[in-house]
Amino acid sequence: MQGLDDLYREVILDHYRTPHGSDALENPAVKVEGFNPLCGDELVMEMSVDADGRITALHIEPNGCSISVASASMLVQQLSGKTLQEAIALKDIFKAVMRGESWPAGQDFGDLEALEGVKNFPVRVKCALLAWMTLEQALAQYDPELAGQVEADDDIEVKTH
Amino acid sequence: MTIDTEAATGASSGSAELDVARIRADFPILQRQVHGKPLVYLDNSATTQRPDAVIDAMSNFYRTSNANVHRGVHLLSEEATDAYEGARAKVAAFLNADSTQSVIFTRNTTESINLVAHAWARRHVRKDDEILLTVMEHHSNLVPWQLLAQERGCKLRFLDIDEAGHLQLENLNEVLNEHTRLVALTHVSNALGTVNAIPTIACAAHSVGAKVLVDGAQGVPHGPVDVQALDCDFYAYSPHKALGPLGIGVLWARRDVLEEMDPFLGGGEMIRDVTLERSTWAAVPHKFEAGTPSVADAVGLGASIDYLEGVGTAQIRQHEVKINEYLLGRLRELPWLTVYGPQDPRDRCSLASFNDNQIHAHDLGTILDQHGLAIRAGHHCAKPLMRRLGVMATARASFYIYNDLDEVDRLVEALFEARKVFGLAT
Ligand SMILES: Cc1ncc(COP(=O)(O)O)c(C=O)c1O
Repeated sequence: MQGLDDLYREVILDHYRTPHGSDALENPAVKVEGFNPLCGDELVMEMSVDADGRITALHIEPNGCSISVASASMLVQQLSGKTLQEAIALKDIFKAVMRGESWPAGQDFGDLEALEGVKNFPVRVKCALLAWMTLEQALAQYDPELAGQVEADDDIEVKTH
Repeated sequence: MTIDTEAATGASSGSAELDVARIRADFPILQRQVHGKPLVYLDNSATTQRPDAVIDAMSNFYRTSNANVHRGVHLLSEEATDAYEGARAKVAAFLNADSTQSVIFTRNTTESINLVAHAWARRHVRKDDEILLTVMEHHSNLVPWQLLAQERGCKLRFLDIDEAGHLQLENLNEVLNEHTRLVALTHVSNALGTVNAIPTIACAAHSVGAKVLVDGAQGVPHGPVDVQALDCDFYAYSPHKALGPLGIGVLWARRDVLEEMDPFLGGGEMIRDVTLERSTWAAVPHKFEAGTPSVADAVGLGASIDYLEGVGTAQIRQHEVKINEYLLGRLRELPWLTVYGPQDPRDRCSLASFNDNQIHAHDLGTILDQHGLAIRAGHHCAKPLMRRLGVMATARASFYIYNDLDEVDRLVEALFEARKVFGLAT
């Protein structure tokens, strides 16, 4: 079925079956819990950052549907080793794509591009965004200066530890 | 206001089996296509569809008799008042209420329960008193009591379920005592389908002097309800879950209990006299109905009761058991599914709450939607029950009088399709 094949691409199902970032971190810099009250999906995220402001490791414990798990797994895949600024930039692009915009030309977003089909299923967009909204809070918690660059989403609640 | 009862007899009340094809013809929305497929509507526990008889009764009211009630001396106002009070009488007879005056119109089950929490419980429940609930309650029969407990310092206790999803009635005497003021529980679970033994529980509750509130949101749709035989003190339900309009709710309470209650909302319609300093209250039930009521919804509710009675509530219950027998049997053919709730088709209403061991309920919901099937996926506003079951969510297919066995087959086919989408063996 066309719509479904577009949503449940093989790479999404692969991430769902074996998500990246399953190893817990020792002494993470931040630990936050994202929660989507609309559907009950939950996500724990831990992040380690080095002295240069680079994300050295991410750990996620996703508890939700294939889209939210795959999106969280791809986030880990894309952002490990990136700077906090790069993380913010990618997060903004991903949110824009979920709102209906196209991927910026000339850049490769890897597996993440497979999530584009989600935007044709409006009720599932929140699923794809949960990990990224949780990331925003993790960044804001790590460095309050970054808080100005993240915006809260009323439908997704994030608890910090 | 006359209601066209001819049109409302989708099935003859004498026959043992529902004539589902004839019933379906009364529901215009069932002609719809969804994603290019004929709609299979299996989200009836959230809200059912409405037959032409209900839609027409409401639109006729707006076209011919619309006016405010209990106010004007003109003919239209009189007709509107008759229609509104006539609907109250229908509800009273439908529930076998002790008096027409003991039926109160609200917005929905949630508001009915909140009305009891405010107007009854705030007068009768004190610090250290206890309210007994169950772990299977919908949030609307939990949160109002949590608010009361915070305010009053009373204690909430909970009756647990067993592995099959039945309430553990053998523990009733441990959780009831002379401090129990109220037992509030659901007639039928919206997430498990369990039909609870209300008379047994009411008898035990009354023996310690507690009142009994029944959340009938899933009770009324699924068979005959007799509030006196149930032996409860309050019964709340939402007509929109039984072919009626959205936007109107019902609270029945025993007349003597109502007489001792404080008002709920203050305003017009609910007063006897008003001075600048104080007011006195109108008689029951108007004391609890402040402001302009939803008259057209009451008219639609009356028409939905005529329709249900035309079909026959006992026949509806038989149809449910027939659906359940087939549904539970077919779902058991799928070894990767866990089906929650009682195994005996007679112990449940016609819904199945289940999980695939590899596919999350939301994914099932999306995949089934693409096949034209509307089901619910999530926590069903019963998060404590989900925790008790050790899951985040379930998929729920809930059937009603216009659903037939072939739609069970469509459900099972779509569950196979979902396995294919996820590349899983069947
Ligand atoms: C058992 C139960 N109680 C209460 C409710 C709340 O009904 P409403 O939203 O119409 O107030 C529902 C509906 O979902 C229900 O299933």
